[in-house]
Amino acid sequence: MGKNLTMLQAITEAMDQMLGHDDRVMIMGEDIGVNGGVFRSTEGLYEKYGKDRVVDTPLAESGIIGSAIGLALNGMLPIVEIQFLAFIYPGFEQLVSHAARMRYRTRGQFGVPLLIRTPYGAGIRGPELHSESVETFFAHTPGLKVVAPSNPYDAKGLLISALEDPDPVIFLEPTKLYRAFKEEVPDEMYRIPIGQAKVVQEGSDLTIYAWGAMLREALNAAKKIEAEKGWKCEVVDLRTLYPLDRDTIVQSIKKTGRALIVHEAHKTAGLGAEIISIINDEALIYLKAPIKRVTGFDVPVPPFTIEDHYLPTVDRVKQGIVETLSF
Amino acid sequence: MKAYSNEVEPEIFRVLTPDGEIIETIDGKIDKSLMLKMYEGMLLLRTFDRKSINLQRQGRIGTYAPFEGQEASQVGSALALSAGDWMFPTYRDHGAAIIHGQELYRVFLYWMAHFDGSICPEGKRILPPSVPIATQMVHAVGTAWASKIRGEKNVSIAYFGDGATSEGDFHEALNFAGVYKTPTIFFCQNNGYAISVPFEKQSASKTISQRAAAYDIHGVRVDGNDIFAVWLTVKQAVERALKGEGPTLIEAITFRYGAHTTADNPNIYRDQDEVSTFWRENRDPITRLRKYLIKEGHWNEEQEELALKQFNELIDAHLQKAEGYPKSDPLEMFNHVYAEESWHLKEQKQELNQILRKGGKK
Repeated sequence: MGKNLTMLQAITEAMDQMLGHDDRVMIMGEDIGVNGGVFRSTEGLYEKYGKDRVVDTPLAESGIIGSAIGLALNGMLPIVEIQFLAFIYPGFEQLVSHAARMRYRTRGQFGVPLLIRTPYGAGIRGPELHSESVETFFAHTPGLKVVAPSNPYDAKGLLISALEDPDPVIFLEPTKLYRAFKEEVPDEMYRIPIGQAKVVQEGSDLTIYAWGAMLREALNAAKKIEAEKGWKCEVVDLRTLYPLDRDTIVQSIKKTGRALIVHEAHKTAGLGAEIISIINDEALIYLKAPIKRVTGFDVPVPPFTIEDHYLPTVDRVKQGIVETLSF
Repeated sequence: MKAYSNEVEPEIFRVLTPDGEIIETIDGKIDKSLMLKMYEGMLLLRTFDRKSINLQRQGRIGTYAPFEGQEASQVGSALALSAGDWMFPTYRDHGAAIIHGQELYRVFLYWMAHFDGSICPEGKRILPPSVPIATQMVHAVGTAWASKIRGEKNVSIAYFGDGATSEGDFHEALNFAGVYKTPTIFFCQNNGYAISVPFEKQSASKTISQRAAAYDIHGVRVDGNDIFAVWLTVKQAVERALKGEGPTLIEAITFRYGAHTTADNPNIYRDQDEVSTFWRENRDPITRLRKYLIKEGHWNEEQEELALKQFNELIDAHLQKAEGYPKSDPLEMFNHVYAEESWHLKEQKQELNQILRKGGKK
């Protein structure tokens, strides 16, 4: 049994079920209670579970994340919503200096099972600092896990896994996909393991690695290129950005010999570089062409009037495929 | 130089004068056995602290943060807690941690930069010393919040210095604690300096405790070198917290005689001798309690000698245990990054292991 849900609805359902399933779960953040979240991801939960479990907090990211660390230390399972990824910066120190290191510093004595959800990415015509894609900050931090779903089904299954994970997880929700499409989402509480990528489309000529909102651009480009040129692209959704699923990354490149990485994050030190390194280490001799990246540029995400030119587009992805295949 | 004036500042809660006179009633609250516990606790910590500085000079431990002069604040506050209460110390509050149950050899291990130096005894809730400033204050709000949610009768105490009160987390912690009325005790040891920056340059507010008003929580300013006053203040804060009356901000006025750390030279930024001599001669927490105890016939020279001898032996035994403790295996750096080791850590561990084997070591 299942229902057709948007990603947003799938996320709400996951939280609803977790709140109902485990008394230790609580949600906290700005505007997530009465207002149901700026994107409505917590809609109805305040009414259902009350103000002590769906908590409207003061506007203070360090306070939110820091007190959630304390709650997690003392037996609760807090889900923190940060309104937009770039608003997490005041709480960044709490994440990198404490959440990520507590288990390490105490030799396993104290863990921080903390889940941080935050909308991220461009394409929603937001004001400045509402569209950032800075997953690298977190993927560079030992002790954190970083997850980015690309569809409603994965979002629910990954969210439940993330909440049950004994370590802190940053859950990046592609804002652009919140209501972009619906798909069937099972009613039960299923789990998708953190750390596993997924081949979403099989192909033999080239592998596209993507995640979050860029996955759709990748799939659309692959579809078009197949129609135009007959090339079959394999598309891999990384789903977990740290730690990466090396095996799936490598298996695919061994099959296709060519790779294109698509991410909306800035190019320099973006995760694309890490994926190229993995391929170099594990599958260099399988490569038939240099690996190309189609990414956001190394500029602050620009005003929304021109943000489409910042983001990788289907045409840019297609161009990347052509260049790689005609090398 | 108002901060060092001899006058008793009116708003400070004080029980035991520097001459060892009791000026507030403590009947039934602090008995002889507690007084001796307080005194011995301070004596133990001072011995430990001095020993640690020497050990650093000998290269047997790493950079060390001394607290001599602040013993009343640390011992008095820690003795007012129950065994299951949460403690969030800074790198200068290992004294409080020891009194709350942390083992001495672990504290040595911490300063020897051993991984196991941050582990607290089973059942205790003593967190590793917070190195960033004020960040641990919000954690103490969180643990206290969880205690409140579950109806557990525990408080959380966060230690910090005057410099921490300039940090955003100080304000966020007080604000959250006020909003959720968490059983949190914010215990500031105002020793006048954030490394080299004096409090006058740190803040325009005259006191730290007055800031409690901004968050509508209870605030107290106390003589941090008066262990009776510190204990009574923290005890009252615990009682308030457990009754559901919310958090307390305590400003304990104290002074560290020595450097910020063994890597610091305080002569650059303060007249070390003049200032610390003033505090040592006029306000020392141990001297004033000793005066009182001797006057009351609770303590004498022989007891002092015996206690010092015992403490030295105890500290030496723990030092021996720490120095004989198995060295950190380099491979341990890969443990406990996550609950479960992922592929990249497993491989990097193997890589280091191979390097170590080639080197003829493990």
